[in-house]
Amino acid sequence: MKFLDEYQNSELATKLAHRIANHTTKPIRLMEFCGGHTHAIMRHGIRQLVPETVEMRAGPGCPVCVTATIDLDKAIALAWLPNVTITTFGDMMRVPGSYSSLQQTKAEGADVRVVYSTMDAMKIARENPKKSVIFIGIGFETTAPTIAASIIKAQQGGIENFHVLSCLKLTPPVMKALLDSGEVKLDGIICPGHVSVIIGSRPYEFIPADYGVACVISGFEPIDILLCVGKLVEQIEAGQPKVEIAYRRGVKPQGNRKALELMGEVFQIDGANWRGIGIVPQSGLKINQKYEHFDAAKVFSGLLRCARNDKPVREPKGCRCGDILRGVATPFECHLFGKVCTPEKPVGPCMVSSEGACAAYYQYGSAKIFGNF
Amino acid sequence: MPKVMCLAIPMRIASIEGDEAEAEVGGVVRRVSIALTPEAKVGEYVLLHTGYAIGVIDEAEAKETLKLLEEIASFSEIS
Ligand code: SF4
Repeated sequence: MKFLDEYQNSELATKLAHRIANHTTKPIRLMEFCGGHTHAIMRHGIRQLVPETVEMRAGPGCPVCVTATIDLDKAIALAWLPNVTITTFGDMMRVPGSYSSLQQTKAEGADVRVVYSTMDAMKIARENPKKSVIFIGIGFETTAPTIAASIIKAQQGGIENFHVLSCLKLTPPVMKALLDSGEVKLDGIICPGHVSVIIGSRPYEFIPADYGVACVISGFEPIDILLCVGKLVEQIEAGQPKVEIAYRRGVKPQGNRKALELMGEVFQIDGANWRGIGIVPQSGLKINQKYEHFDAAKVFSGLLRCARNDKPVREPKGCRCGDILRGVATPFECHLFGKVCTPEKPVGPCMVSSEGACAAYYQYGSAKIFGNF
Repeated sequence: MPKVMCLAIPMRIASIEGDEAEAEVGGVVRRVSIALTPEAKVGEYVLLHTGYAIGVIDEAEAKETLKLLEEIASFSEIS
């Protein structure tokens, strides 16, 4: 397939890896922000391919994983309100909330449906005018404009029974929070490719400037990632950290203007609650006043409070997802990994989600060889 | 379609109708929204994420990158 196959050439990958080995003189630590990158790195055995001096850590870029338990509890409480249909991306279904999951809630009789796109959720709303159809809006800047576009479309089409519970999160502010905490020392960041298709490269500029950490935006094929790691190593070795784009076929410095415009039309910046990190100021998006009749958190706030009945939030016992999302631990350091916690019987969200680090390490962790192309 | 949310698949735009388009990859045709990429033209490739084209692939940049990769490959043969 065009724009895919060219970036999956194993001979070229080996050459790029050699080049990285020739350039590196000291141990460095990189973080791949995005769960999609963690997945690709594990799947293609890139950690084994790059020299041992280059350590790669997973970061907080898995939308399902960073969704706080309390937000999941809210989604489950909404599902039990009369005449409500919950629509969600499939990965959210099995994530354990404090007392239940959306999957269990569905099995117990609530109307919970998996959709691939907000367009599917809107279609359900159109076809069921007597129901309130709530979309659980998780994701980063990649997904936020698609949700903004759907809300604008619902407004134009008079689909008033469509609502969104926004749990949307922003990438640069959480990178800042991680760097400020100083918990994990980083030399470079593999910046998320598809977040950057939307926001461009400029919002990362404070990272090399204020923290001296190299930033390179990467695509998702093995060649893309190796090209990115090569550029990071070059910057770090030269002692000249900056923001570079190694995914030029997709990312422009200014990002996608139209998408940013639609996000600005519908959302306002707000604090957001991240699993394992807590509330990070200005790191989330909430629906603004103009579109508040689409905001499930607003429209159902009273009912939601009653339904939740102030039951305390409980986190899965022994799960180190929070530490993993902060880059402080790897999945191998969790005692439950692979023994108690597996993709079939996941304890925490990092094992549930296909983008979760635990799922990727479990699925591909034993891959000693490169060549899973 | 990808299970991994932040992945986006390159698909070729086959036809356009308002803010929607038919996009094709490997013989599979899907109806997608181009509300975020109104500049997309028939024949161009877009990155598809949860049913929306989030960006148009820049063919010229893709060629540049491939050229650079070729150079790297031939250079490492010498070194
Ligand atoms: S292996 Fe399971 S229990 Fe351990 S951190 Fe990952 S998701 Fe949590």
